[in-house]
Amino acid sequence: MGVRTWIEGWPVYRQLTGTDPLGRGAAAQSERSKGLTARTETADRVAKSVCPYCAVGCGQRIFVKDEKIVQIEGDPDSPVSRGRLCPKGSASLSLVTSDRRQQHVLYRRPYGTEWERLDLETAMDMIADRVLAARDATWQDRDDRQRPLNRTLGISSLGGATLDNEENYLIKKLFTAIGAIQIENQARI
Amino acid sequence: MANSLYGPLDPAPDAGYVDAPPRMGFFTDTSVCIGCKACEVACKEWNAVPDDGFDLLGQSYDNTGGLSANSWRHVAFIEQPRPDPVFLGMPGQDKPDFRWLMMSNVCKHCTHAGCLDVCPTGALFRTEFGTVVVQEDVCNGCGYCVAACPYGVIDRREGDGRAWKCTMCYDRIGDGLTPACAQACPTESIQYGELDVLREAAAERVAKLHAEGVESARLYGHSEEDGVGGDGAFFLLLDEPEVYGLPPDPVVTTKDLPDMWKRAGLAALTMAASVAVAFLGRRR
Amino acid sequence: MAEAHPVGFQWVVEAKNRGAKVIHVDPRFTRTSALAHTYVPVRAGTDIAFLGGVINYILSNEKDFREYVLAYTNASTIVSEDFRDTEDLDGLFSGYDPETNTYNSDSWTYDGVEQHHEPHPDTAEPMRHESHGAPVPKDTPKDPTLQHPRCVYQVLKRHYARYTPEVVERLCGVPRQAFLEVCEAWTANSGRERTTALVYSVGWTQHSVGVQYIRTGAIIQLLLGNMGRPGGGVLALRGHASIQGSTDIPTLFNLLPGYLPMPNHEKHETFRQWVDAIRHPGQKGFWSNAESYAVSLLKAYFGAAATEENDWGYDWLPRVTGDHGTYRQALDMIDGKIKGYFLLGQNPAVGSAHGRAQRLGMANLDWLVVRDLYLIESATFWKGGPEAATGEIVPEQCRTEVFFMPAAAHAEKEGTFTQTQRMLQWREKAVEPPGDARSELWFFYHLGKRIRERLADSTLPRDQGIKNLTWEYGGEEPDAELVLKEINGYDLTTGKLLSTFNEMRPDGTTSGGCWIYTGVFKDGVNQAARRKPGREQNFVAPEWGWAWPANRRTLYNRASADPEGNPWSQRKAYVWWDAEKGEWTGEDVPDFEKTKPPSYRPGPDDTGVAAIAGDDAFIMQGDGKGWLFAPSGLIDGPMPTHYEPAESTIRNPLYGQQANPTRKVYDREDNPTNPSPPERHSEVFPYVFSTSRLTEHHTAGGMSRQLAYLSELQPEMFVEVSPALAAERGLTHLGWAHIVTARAAIEARVLVTERLRPLRIDGRTIHQLWLPYHWGSEGLVTGDSANDLIGITLDPNVLIQESKVGTCDIQPGRRPIGKALLAYVEEYRRRAGLIPGHHTPIVTTGDADG
Repeated sequence: MGVRTWIEGWPVYRQLTGTDPLGRGAAAQSERSKGLTARTETADRVAKSVCPYCAVGCGQRIFVKDEKIVQIEGDPDSPVSRGRLCPKGSASLSLVTSDRRQQHVLYRRPYGTEWERLDLETAMDMIADRVLAARDATWQDRDDRQRPLNRTLGISSLGGATLDNEENYLIKKLFTAIGAIQIENQARI
Repeated sequence: MANSLYGPLDPAPDAGYVDAPPRMGFFTDTSVCIGCKACEVACKEWNAVPDDGFDLLGQSYDNTGGLSANSWRHVAFIEQPRPDPVFLGMPGQDKPDFRWLMMSNVCKHCTHAGCLDVCPTGALFRTEFGTVVVQEDVCNGCGYCVAACPYGVIDRREGDGRAWKCTMCYDRIGDGLTPACAQACPTESIQYGELDVLREAAAERVAKLHAEGVESARLYGHSEEDGVGGDGAFFLLLDEPEVYGLPPDPVVTTKDLPDMWKRAGLAALTMAASVAVAFLGRRR
Repeated sequence: MAEAHPVGFQWVVEAKNRGAKVIHVDPRFTRTSALAHTYVPVRAGTDIAFLGGVINYILSNEKDFREYVLAYTNASTIVSEDFRDTEDLDGLFSGYDPETNTYNSDSWTYDGVEQHHEPHPDTAEPMRHESHGAPVPKDTPKDPTLQHPRCVYQVLKRHYARYTPEVVERLCGVPRQAFLEVCEAWTANSGRERTTALVYSVGWTQHSVGVQYIRTGAIIQLLLGNMGRPGGGVLALRGHASIQGSTDIPTLFNLLPGYLPMPNHEKHETFRQWVDAIRHPGQKGFWSNAESYAVSLLKAYFGAAATEENDWGYDWLPRVTGDHGTYRQALDMIDGKIKGYFLLGQNPAVGSAHGRAQRLGMANLDWLVVRDLYLIESATFWKGGPEAATGEIVPEQCRTEVFFMPAAAHAEKEGTFTQTQRMLQWREKAVEPPGDARSELWFFYHLGKRIRERLADSTLPRDQGIKNLTWEYGGEEPDAELVLKEINGYDLTTGKLLSTFNEMRPDGTTSGGCWIYTGVFKDGVNQAARRKPGREQNFVAPEWGWAWPANRRTLYNRASADPEGNPWSQRKAYVWWDAEKGEWTGEDVPDFEKTKPPSYRPGPDDTGVAAIAGDDAFIMQGDGKGWLFAPSGLIDGPMPTHYEPAESTIRNPLYGQQANPTRKVYDREDNPTNPSPPERHSEVFPYVFSTSRLTEHHTAGGMSRQLAYLSELQPEMFVEVSPALAAERGLTHLGWAHIVTARAAIEARVLVTERLRPLRIDGRTIHQLWLPYHWGSEGLVTGDSANDLIGITLDPNVLIQESKVGTCDIQPGRRPIGKALLAYVEEYRRRAGLIPGHHTPIVTTGDADG
């Protein structure tokens, strides 16, 4: 930094020589303030999305920089919401990026008193084994009049209203195919 | 120079901006506020403002208590019981005279901003949009501004020590975007735009409400003749300002500063020099 | 609406600014009331009395939209002479069986209809017709003069004649003037030139008469001509991002995609029985094509393995035998009948009624899989819940193995949500999920792959369905768009995506995973991803997302035109017949065959779609009409009738029958019901409570109490009471109080507010208190759960719990802790007579205490 630049960067110099003799405006503006720009403008990309809370279906724009979400705000194009969000929708950024979010599989063994870490693949294998064991132990082929039942009442599932249609489709398809019928979601509540 | 500290004024040109853009502001119409607090959350998400603590205050649905270093928008809730405590369900009774008023409060971005006038470091400055912004890289936490605000808005953050308040999303509006609170507001209770346009819209809104029989509608902070030269963020209220916790007749605390300067001009210059030193001290 | 759906409320504010009158009826003064012109306080649980009063006002003053009513409703249809009303039978309809607490609905049918003498619909086997039209013949006797004493119009008029403004006042606590203001506003704003929307949030469904609440609203909207027209309708504001989608493509026990019923072991033993039960051969309406929808679903499920010879794989489907609802399941868990449980973004430990039963059930499983973003109460019940404090659940003795699987958030996966107006909106993926977090799509795809690998060599018949399942959706991360294409369906002869469900065939040449969603990939384009800005479209905005069916935004919109096909008025023009072009046209996609003229009349032998006349606006109904009177399909009566809630502080002022006589009760000691008149001891629980949401939180708190910016806005569990109740019980503002029912005692901070007021009901003062239900034991802010107070009593039609009204006591101070808490609640039960061997009476007609 040369001496001249240094002096021009000095607010009092700017104040005394510029258009802002009281030094409350242009002369007082710091380099940082001068360089401020909205982080939505410098994002690498914008994903068009939908608010995950209630079923009004407000449009969201998700701004991504360096593979991190830097802002979530309302989509003004949406004829449903016209860019607006409620406090929950406005908190979507925290919802997704909070450091309280769990990022690891946790396992509590029978009669255990604490969580343990578990490898994702191991957990998937264990769950598949347990589904099949529960199904075998509770399988019902036919009713008392020999009509088909083809089912298990040993497995339950609750949830789906917060998930995607594609996910609900696979959940119902898989459970139906293995004979698990006790599949429910918030629509019953 | 006296004119720069009191009375009607376009603050950005006065603060040295040649060809300043139109003065921008907030018009907060409390007659359509639903108290959802989207403004509080949207503000915090955008500006990464810390939470204000988890305390049930019991002030109706207000649990953040007021504007502070950690709440740059604040929604006040006022339950106004009817005067007569008779049962409502009583046969033949008239309609309830009960109101639940809600108002999203914010920094007023005064035409004559006491906080700015007293700031010794140049941390508070007037932007080209006529708004008043604390520069976090300049503020040294002296706290003079806190006492100078006639609305009690600006506040020092515990642990950090610096002063914080609404910037009207200076980074957003510089890029032509709407401030986060106004963008989120579901009912357009918070409107952002050119102050002159907002003032016209506000006058029409009051007239419409009066025509509909809402006699209590009135504007607050819109007049250039008031004690702060008019607010950059003004309001439509449905009751007296005091009901919402607003001062009825705010006056810029530096109104008499010019007189003081005449008496102590040299001291002022010395102060300016020390300001610059403080400024440089923070710059690294 | 402003409380729970603030962004939706922008349209109410806009309407208000344009001159609309806004009326809010609610037990407590809310943020919605604050912006309404008129706030009408009402006693919780009396909505049918209130709305029945509106029906009475409409009919006794002939304020109905007569042309609409005659053309589009069943007002003129004659009802069977065997039908007896609640007005004749002290609160019961004809056909009631006190042994089973069910109705034989034969006598509710239209005149001249052959009665089926089917087995009585069991309350444990509801929703047989939720999914598809109920059987009614296409031609039944009618009286267009509406004078016949047994025509629906007259039956309705008699049924509601007693629901006068005086009765509404006495029963609901609504002053006559306020009630009449509502009636006048609603009727004045309906008709040719104007329409009124009825908007409810789904607390309306959470009553032992929940379905009948909505029926009452529908009757009014039909009488006033507000259905199928712009600005009208009955609109549910649902509370989860894709709860509509998870009903359409159901994760529900009684349904398959597109509202096809899950096969019942008795009624649907064969494929043919199943299909005929849906399409009702010989009937009219669009359900007559159900075989095409059913076969296409089975082709989507089983692919080439589904053939005509094996009935498209029908025998691989499991069968239901009755009630398999979530509450039945929770009780079965307590009884040790269920081994494994998946929780997918849902938190029943806080969000379901009778939290204690939920948690005790979870503590008695072999294994539990919880998939969520945060550690919720349903994942930590074994160490952190209320039962850990009372010693009922001890980690060292709790056998349930728990897997917590972190889930991907909405921004970390692509796919569609279906919002509350049936509109699908595709979400783009913004970033990868962190760490082990995965989408449900990933989880179930890989779980399915593992299960299929393990069964690859099985020859057991039970494993053939899963072995034959089509299950290829890409590589490591399944392709959501591929799944959506399967849902849309293909022409299997060409491999092209279908554009409409009318292209579906019953011969196995088409597939489609959910027939009502066919068209979401019209022309091979993901229509749900369309984002043409709203401001660049007409007010219907048809090019934003995609609504089922066929991108129709308003259902039954044929009714927006008069019988001749002309708009009822230019102001309300929406869909109309263009005689020159010979087709239906308008702002929206017409909900009618495009080229069927209004003058079309079917021949005597026509069935199915061909039998729909040119003025049958309600094309899914067996008679083409909107039903003021439901001749079948409902478990608890053809017309809504006021019953007191299952827990009430007063005797039903209208009938000897106190509460819904067909409500689903699980009569067991761990699910006691507070006594109500005419039972003794109702004074032990002298107050009425209701629960609902706060703007600042979301349901059970898993997506809000974990976030600082929401937690600070509503940091603590509280109870709202009126100053009068505070004085009566010695409660102080911001002090502690505890609330007690037969199930639990919970504590909360007290907010004394004039937003709650005592009501005068039947000469007595009734105090109502209100609780939010968001709190639990995990998160940044914690507190007792309101749902712990609530027992399990369900609407018989849909098996949804009564959780919006109950009785309770409230006392100052905190509740006891540890084992003392159990003893404290036990003492309340003892005082209330809820001792072993006690049974809540169901039928109360003719009771002397009445």
